[in-house]
Amino acid sequence: MSSQVAGLLQLTALIAALALAYRPLGDYMARVYSSEKHYRPEKWMYKAIGANPAAEMRWPAYLRGVLAFSAMSVLFLYLMQRVQGSLPGSLGFSSIDPDQAFNTAASFVANTNWQSYYGEQAMGHVVQTGGLAVQNFLSAAVGMAVAVALVRGFARSRTGELGNFWADLVRGTVRILVPISVIGAIVLVAAGAIQNFSGIHQVGQFAGGTQEWNGGAVASQEAIKELGTNGGGYFNANSAHPFENPNPLSNLFEVFLILLIPFALTRTFGRMAGSLKQGYAILGAMAVIWIGFTALMMWTEFAHRGPAFEIAGGAMEGKEARFGIAGSSIFAVATTLTSTGAVNSFHSSYTGFGGGITLLGMQLGEIAPGGVGSGLYGMLIMAIIAVFIAGLMVGRTPEYLGKKIGTRQIKFAACYILITPALVLGFTAVAMALPTPADSMTNSGAHGFSEILYAYTSGANNNGSAFAGLNADTQWFNTTIGIAMLLGRFLPMVFVLALAGSLAEQQPVPETAGTLRTDKPLYSGLLVGTILIITGLTYFPALALGPLAEGLAS
Amino acid sequence: MTNNSVGSTARVLGAGLRALLVLTLVCGVVYPLAVTGVAQALFHDNANGSRIEDENGQVVGSSLIGQRYDLPPKDGEESPAPDLKWFQPRPSNGLGTNSVNTQYSLILSGATNRSGDNEELVQWVKDAKAAVVEDNATATYEVNPADIPPDAVTSSGSGLDPDISPAYAALQVHRVAERNNLNVKQVEDLVADHTTGRLLGFMGEPRVNVLELNTALRDLTRG
Repeated sequence: MSSQVAGLLQLTALIAALALAYRPLGDYMARVYSSEKHYRPEKWMYKAIGANPAAEMRWPAYLRGVLAFSAMSVLFLYLMQRVQGSLPGSLGFSSIDPDQAFNTAASFVANTNWQSYYGEQAMGHVVQTGGLAVQNFLSAAVGMAVAVALVRGFARSRTGELGNFWADLVRGTVRILVPISVIGAIVLVAAGAIQNFSGIHQVGQFAGGTQEWNGGAVASQEAIKELGTNGGGYFNANSAHPFENPNPLSNLFEVFLILLIPFALTRTFGRMAGSLKQGYAILGAMAVIWIGFTALMMWTEFAHRGPAFEIAGGAMEGKEARFGIAGSSIFAVATTLTSTGAVNSFHSSYTGFGGGITLLGMQLGEIAPGGVGSGLYGMLIMAIIAVFIAGLMVGRTPEYLGKKIGTRQIKFAACYILITPALVLGFTAVAMALPTPADSMTNSGAHGFSEILYAYTSGANNNGSAFAGLNADTQWFNTTIGIAMLLGRFLPMVFVLALAGSLAEQQPVPETAGTLRTDKPLYSGLLVGTILIITGLTYFPALALGPLAEGLAS
Repeated sequence: MTNNSVGSTARVLGAGLRALLVLTLVCGVVYPLAVTGVAQALFHDNANGSRIEDENGQVVGSSLIGQRYDLPPKDGEESPAPDLKWFQPRPSNGLGTNSVNTQYSLILSGATNRSGDNEELVQWVKDAKAAVVEDNATATYEVNPADIPPDAVTSSGSGLDPDISPAYAALQVHRVAERNNLNVKQVEDLVADHTTGRLLGFMGEPRVNVLELNTALRDLTRG
């Protein structure tokens, strides 16, 4: 069997597994967020928090909860790193410098997991397991909570109430993320990932002498790193490291975990909004982009254009032998079309066009299927833009799910889609104009520019992967990427929740013969077109200077 | 700002902090300890790094972590020469001198991150290709450069890739047989025994685990 055919079969198996999980998980999540029952341990937690889980919140209160919780998370994680040197269980690693600690705290709370540190060289057990991995859960749960609040905005009428943030946070964590992670972590250990709390220890080696290893709760972190679309690796090589991703089965399983919740949330959306077909239309648009990007990626990587790859006879630089071209391409697309940013191969050494596909995937706003929660709300924003464009074409006030999309709603949606491009292009332009940031580049020419464009694209879109030749552990990059991550995460949430509030207050408009049918394949097509055109136009000039120039030259 | 709104901000921040602490207990203490308990009980070997032993019971490393098989470095040499008695792994140019942990001599994982048009990478690939041709030639066998698979001349993502492609192993068989005074068929059989196909026929790529292969080879030559 050729590698290409095997790759297509792997993709098919992945689609089948996702399809099997879609309904049960999507329906389960809808029940989790709709149920009025509180389990006993959850009641203890609400008591400790001091919150009444049945109290409904309007959007400003919901937003205050999100921001207060996230602010405390950043502060806590920052302090934890700053005192690491005095914490027990830190393997003797020293405290992290202020700029890097800020960057890392912002990164993990913003669901980005950009890492300017080397995991095995900087972070001990306590910070990895009790700090970083915890935010893998919580930042994902916050994303899901905001998405569910938006769905409630569509589903509810004549109220401004969007649910209770603390209840959504706790339930998303303990009823969804923790149980799936437990299963996922055990599967990964069964495949060969490590899970221990050993200190630095010596292991014999073939040629005599010893190697030094650090242990770690790797599998448990790996499971939530993928499931919560986080991406922060225990080791510097991330999911390319054999202890994180030991074989082809664990590789596909990790891609499955990445895509599992983002796709299934469209079912949750359909269920909660009262029309499963509306969920399928969104799913259709996501799936078309994901499969299309994966096919393109496999094509360009198997074609291996580029001087070094042509001499080598294949684009295996930065890729592991056990995954090959196909297993690496599938992972690279899944990780950049979601907000994951975990890597099993190094994107900087992809072909020019392959690198461009990873960049464009993030620049689309990570909505196909996108991050846990953020993918759904990002896609629903694009769905609103799409009905608006369709409304302009026929001269009719646009509606979506029985809600009028008026001036106010379009303003919120437009602000949402302007934030990340402004951050990405603004910071990239400033970094290129200043004399020193370019010193961090490993490669020169178009690829060097791509390294910086990639860094801000990854940060502002909360992805976290990198063209890792860039030395990002400088005060400039730690600080500016830290700011881009925080603004790129929390400003859009402000507009999403404001939009949700304005929708929940409306009276539903009755459906008429003139209503645009948003539950049909035609609408999915319109949505895909809207996404590609709007993003394509925004980023095209920047892409032309980087990956397109590199790809066309090879 | 009234006192009231300051008070309410403090209240919600307090709730945020308490929520963080409670959930840290669940996700950062209970969860990893529970998983570690199960992992250590059910998959003890895996959870501790899949160590392998030779026939003398000596631990020779992890089947998951690639090693180097080099001659002892000579004075004035920048990098040690490969010990051609053993099957050689993929290059690992990402693991340079500054990438060994400064506090411990721990191996740091990582890639080269060089682009396809990077001149240094082009040179590395050319050099590696020439070395494969030169190193593997024996009195009766010559390597055709067109037969060299890409994994033989490129660095992996982790720099710790434990595997090589069956094609790269096949190129090395003649040399290894000659240096160990074995016949080619014996070594070919050994490689075949240590080749893993695609899981279920389609997952991943066929591969040969270099440490397992070299360990078996050493057991054979000792025996």
